[in-house]
Amino acid sequence: MDALKQELKENLIEQLNLEDMSPEDIANDDMLFGDGLGLDSIDALELIVMLDKNYGIKLTDPKEGRAIFESINTMAAYISEHRTK
Amino acid sequence: MHDNKSYISSFCRIKNNHVTLNGDTVFSKEGTYSEFIKSAYKNLDIKYPKFFKMDRLSKLAFIAANVVLNHENVTPEQEENIAIVFSNKASSLDSDRTHQTSIQNKENYYPSPAVFVYTLPNICIGEISIKYKLYSENSFFIFDNFNAKHLLTYANNLLDTKKADKVLCGWVEYDGNNYDALLYLVGNKGKTEHNTTEINTLYNS
Repeated sequence: MDALKQELKENLIEQLNLEDMSPEDIANDDMLFGDGLGLDSIDALELIVMLDKNYGIKLTDPKEGRAIFESINTMAAYISEHRTK
Repeated sequence: MHDNKSYISSFCRIKNNHVTLNGDTVFSKEGTYSEFIKSAYKNLDIKYPKFFKMDRLSKLAFIAANVVLNHENVTPEQEENIAIVFSNKASSLDSDRTHQTSIQNKENYYPSPAVFVYTLPNICIGEISIKYKLYSENSFFIFDNFNAKHLLTYANNLLDTKKADKVLCGWVEYDGNNYDALLYLVGNKGKTEHNTTEINTLYNS
């Protein structure tokens, strides 16, 4: 699980162009949206694509994303349970 | 017929790895466009993290606009009635190609929302408007070549009809590895007369 969390942080930084951030800057329980990392609605769509592309998870209900993308912890837990690749 | 005299108060040119303000180089660095524009952002101390999410055309327009507007003491805190009129030849072709590549293969079909949102040239105007809180008129025109006459007529019309107090005008082109931006601010004060001769002189310099 720790390896997955590290991988998610690296993917987040690369795919969302979080320049000047390193994985060490993101705590596992940091809020990804709002006051945390300050991600926006386009970033949310990128995360949905990332789940599909990297882990074979298709989110059919966008409302699910709100809980899944709350933090690195919640993302890692969801991916571990639902990944198909 | 144009009612009142208008003037160009400041202009910025970005091409050939140089950023100039009113003819003077304010930044230069050898290297690829990506290296150059990122260094320009850091060197000019802009501090706007969303810059890194922008496409190449928007980064070009954003830096050029910053150089002009900062020089003119335009700040996001003070709302100003500044219109934006941009133009180019390649539209958003650079981002269009990137998007096309991501949907080319039906077996590996993952269009990126972050790329797709830039598949219109006027998105670069939006980026500048958000940063500087510019809520006035804006337009983006596609021409075969730089068209000083159209930019002049359109900007003067905005000023004459009181739609704007100032107009940020110019050319922002990114295609392949070629890039060129000339942005200039037009208003009722300045040293350079706002006419096609002067605009073409800036573009051809």
